[in-house]
Amino acid sequence: MTAESVRQALYEVSDPEIPTISIVDLGIVTKIETSDTETHVTLTPTFAGCPALRIMERLVENKLKEKGFPNPKATTSFDVQWNTGMISEEGLQALKKHGLAPPPPTTGNDYAELLKHMPCPYCDSKNTELKSPFGPTLCRSIHYCNDCHQSFEAFKPVK
Amino acid sequence: MNISEKGFEAIKDLLYKMADDQLIIGHRNSEWTGLGPVLEEDIAFSSMAQDKLGHSQALYDVLSQMGEGDPDTIAFMRNAEQFHCCHLVEYPIGEYEFSLMRHFFFDNAELLRFEMLADSSFEPLSFIAKKIKGEIKYHSMHADIWISQLGSASEESKIRMQNALNETFPLALGVFEKGIFEDVLKSEGIFEGEDVLKERWMSAVSQIIEKAGLKLPEVNSITPSLGGRRGKHTEYLQPLLDEMTEVFRIDPSAEW
Ligand SMILES: [Zn+2]
Repeated sequence: MTAESVRQALYEVSDPEIPTISIVDLGIVTKIETSDTETHVTLTPTFAGCPALRIMERLVENKLKEKGFPNPKATTSFDVQWNTGMISEEGLQALKKHGLAPPPPTTGNDYAELLKHMPCPYCDSKNTELKSPFGPTLCRSIHYCNDCHQSFEAFKPVK
Repeated sequence: MNISEKGFEAIKDLLYKMADDQLIIGHRNSEWTGLGPVLEEDIAFSSMAQDKLGHSQALYDVLSQMGEGDPDTIAFMRNAEQFHCCHLVEYPIGEYEFSLMRHFFFDNAELLRFEMLADSSFEPLSFIAKKIKGEIKYHSMHADIWISQLGSASEESKIRMQNALNETFPLALGVFEKGIFEDVLKSEGIFEGEDVLKERWMSAVSQIIEKAGLKLPEVNSITPSLGGRRGKHTEYLQPLLDEMTEVFRIDPSAEW
């Protein structure tokens, strides 16, 4: 059982809040350790207060059990700090497919500027405005597109 | 850098005050659910409350790993005298402008505190600080926007904001009350200290206050509301703890 085979299996585990993205593409799988008797996966939280953390640990363990990996265990650690730059290209596309504007690259000091003109996930227009930096879940903000006249949510850039 | 035994005591003291601040302000923020002046603000305060409770949880987890017991027990089974939060976070939500001003002063201080702690010699704390500072920036940004807008809105809103500012400022200065281990924190590279933090905070908030057309009182003329860091609290803390503990006792698995 190699770390790579664990990684492949984890592509089948998706974020409970955004089913179109796998946790691997989301970038939260930070360490995989395998031996003949143990399988240990380390996850890092997207947001420190994310209520789905425990659920994701269970999902990972269940998936690995189902695939026959020995003694799967998933834990969460802040040793590697997640940021939206860790989302893969496929992951960014998956967010858009879910109707969420994907997070643009950020320096960590440009949130206000970035949120002002998030590209609309429906028509790609940048003629948009920020309605609120806080959405229905911790990772989302709320916007309005002046071109296709729809509200949309974005996955907030974080660093 | 090696951390001494005294250093670890100092870290625990620091973690308790930070975690307690987050826990209590998180609960106060959550009291706005359904009461915000507009729906967006309702969502914003709920969302920030959830962040704060998550941040307190992450800090209690570190304490737990340092041998302080189960994180939920630490959070919910202590009395007021064992809490190290500052008075600012304890007050009831009051009028919206009070909560907003508190949010502004508190989150600007927290952002700077976590930015400083990102360089802490105590790695578990520096890891968490690096994570949290990226999230808290959204909180301070939210507060800064509202302070700027309301400060320059109607004459009435300006007066109300100034009154809220005057009322909140002595409480806000209490955020920077030193614990008994301040020197150890500094000498062991754990935290640069409350004085440095307060200075950076003054410079950050005064710029925004000034731009909003409001006035910051002369710091030296104000008596800060102290005691919280050493277990002396306002009358508002114990009833809130009782309420929180009750929910915890009924359902220890309740999501906070
Ligand atoms: Zn559009």
